[in-house]
Amino acid sequence: MEWLLQYLLAGLSAGSTYALVALGLVLVYQSSRVLNFAHGDVAAFATFIAYTALSARLPFGVAFGLAVMFSAALATTFYLGILIPAQRRDATHLGQVIMTLGLGLILQGGAAFFWGTEPQPFHSPLSDTRILKIGPVAMTELGLGTLGTALCCSLLLYGFVQRTRVGRAMRATSENLVAAQTLGIPTRQLVALSWAVAAVLGAVAGALLAPALFLDPYFMIDPFLKGFAAAILGGLNSLPGAIVGGLILGIAESLSGAYIAIQFKNTLAFVIIILVLLVRPEGLLGHEFKERV
Amino acid sequence: MDRVASYTEDLRLVRKWPEKLLAGILLLALCLLPQFGSDYAIYIVTLISTYAIGVLGQNLLIGFSGQVSFGQAGFLGIGAFTLAHLTRAGVVFPLALLAAGAMAALFGLLVGFPALRLKGPYLAVATLGFGIAVYQVLANWDTLSGGRMGLAIPPLVWNGLSKRLLMYYVNVGLAILFALATYNLVSSYVGRAFIAIRDSDIAAEVMGINLTRYKLLAFAVSSFYTGVQGGLLAQLLGHLEPQMFTLAETITLIVGVVVGGLARVEGSLFGAAFVILVPQVFASSRELVPVVYGAAILLVIIFEPHGFAGRWMKFRLYFSHWPFR
Repeated sequence: MEWLLQYLLAGLSAGSTYALVALGLVLVYQSSRVLNFAHGDVAAFATFIAYTALSARLPFGVAFGLAVMFSAALATTFYLGILIPAQRRDATHLGQVIMTLGLGLILQGGAAFFWGTEPQPFHSPLSDTRILKIGPVAMTELGLGTLGTALCCSLLLYGFVQRTRVGRAMRATSENLVAAQTLGIPTRQLVALSWAVAAVLGAVAGALLAPALFLDPYFMIDPFLKGFAAAILGGLNSLPGAIVGGLILGIAESLSGAYIAIQFKNTLAFVIIILVLLVRPEGLLGHEFKERV
Repeated sequence: MDRVASYTEDLRLVRKWPEKLLAGILLLALCLLPQFGSDYAIYIVTLISTYAIGVLGQNLLIGFSGQVSFGQAGFLGIGAFTLAHLTRAGVVFPLALLAAGAMAALFGLLVGFPALRLKGPYLAVATLGFGIAVYQVLANWDTLSGGRMGLAIPPLVWNGLSKRLLMYYVNVGLAILFALATYNLVSSYVGRAFIAIRDSDIAAEVMGINLTRYKLLAFAVSSFYTGVQGGLLAQLLGHLEPQMFTLAETITLIVGVVVGGLARVEGSLFGAAFVILVPQVFASSRELVPVVYGAAILLVIIFEPHGFAGRWMKFRLYFSHWPFR
């Protein structure tokens, strides 16, 4: 029983990072219908910025702030400077998705060029060796901090999207772009803003994951794929779905790793997702945008 | 897109006399290369031909049928390991290569089933899961993948021809064969059905196209191509490891399709040349290869959505009326 609780908590902690990544993907998909394949690479690049700042002996808060600002600026620049011109030239939907893949390749190569491919240690104020005991289960400080930070970010995002004027305008834009424009909502700025917020969430996930995974240009690929899978599992246009999907994926992975086979942890996660999709093609909480012929 | 005067002309791959001349010169160059070219040039052309087959297959799926697949590396691995085990068991090369393609096509059918219900990003994740699953199985099943030592493949021998030249002829010949077959396929009823599904699957179904059959067929044909590419790659390299079949390989094929030109047969040949030549040019700084790939994708989609093939078409149209415009 204690072991089960232990695995559940570990799964929740891993799942909360997947949920963070998934939230960023869903935010971008909702606002611009583009699946952002560069999400993980933006996060990895931002974490490298934080790493450089930390190496220059800046305090963690400043380094993290730099990473957040960099990722937001990068995502906004990509959306306004590259994606919008492509849309004006009638790029297809698939074309736009592939463009994000291109951005991801550029950032990955750039990170490998500037910082090399050797894994670097990333020091965070949370220690991953100090163990905290909560009742019968034990947890590293880092794991617990990850869970807490991810929950805080999710709550903040919820408050932002549901309770503020800007959030309401974002939801309106996502619901019906043309109607939102007619009502005088500055949709382009709002979509750019959701790209920025998504990138910031990615940078937070990167800073939480880097101490455990070590830092190299490819360290976010795996969390990105998991976050992608979590977003799909929950439904690509549902923010609560992203959190539910992430937590379910984390727990499923932890339990299947513990009780079935550790080597096939990743595969089992994807098998679960494919089975869910076969029953509910739009994800658990999703409702796909209806299309007309 | 190209200007054609009649349906018979539309069915022809090479239409006007300058193009016939160019195609002839290209074929002659390919025939003469083994006599005059360096070993390195022969090897590069062999590799480009191998990749051309895979890019053509991926183009059939992404470009013509509009189905996204991020699991091509899985099919590549299945093809490669099928060929490796069959040739090690003493099966002759042509039969083993056919089996490699057929095995990949079988798995393609399997992956095609989710495609009947899933679209766009949902399909992407399902195929991605397949690619990762194949990699994990290969990495953890030592008898299948040869474990840490990898799997060695007996070299091809025939009539005293050197291994290098034999692989050159086989690969180039098969690439030409597959390019012609693809062109015929997309000009046929089947290819038109693929294009109709890509443009709007609901409308295609209303027009009487059997979605189940054609989506599964697209996946099976495309993975057959990729399986054959995997088999040829295995035979060419002579040594296999699971690490060769990761997501990076899938992305290479997608880059080839996009840069060469979506839904263009000749574009896939350009695209294959691009993805092979870029790493050769940047051999001294390999980190920059993804940067070049990514920048090429962005530039192509913004400025020339039909890729190199589109640029080539504009070039021909310009000269077809030269010096008048």
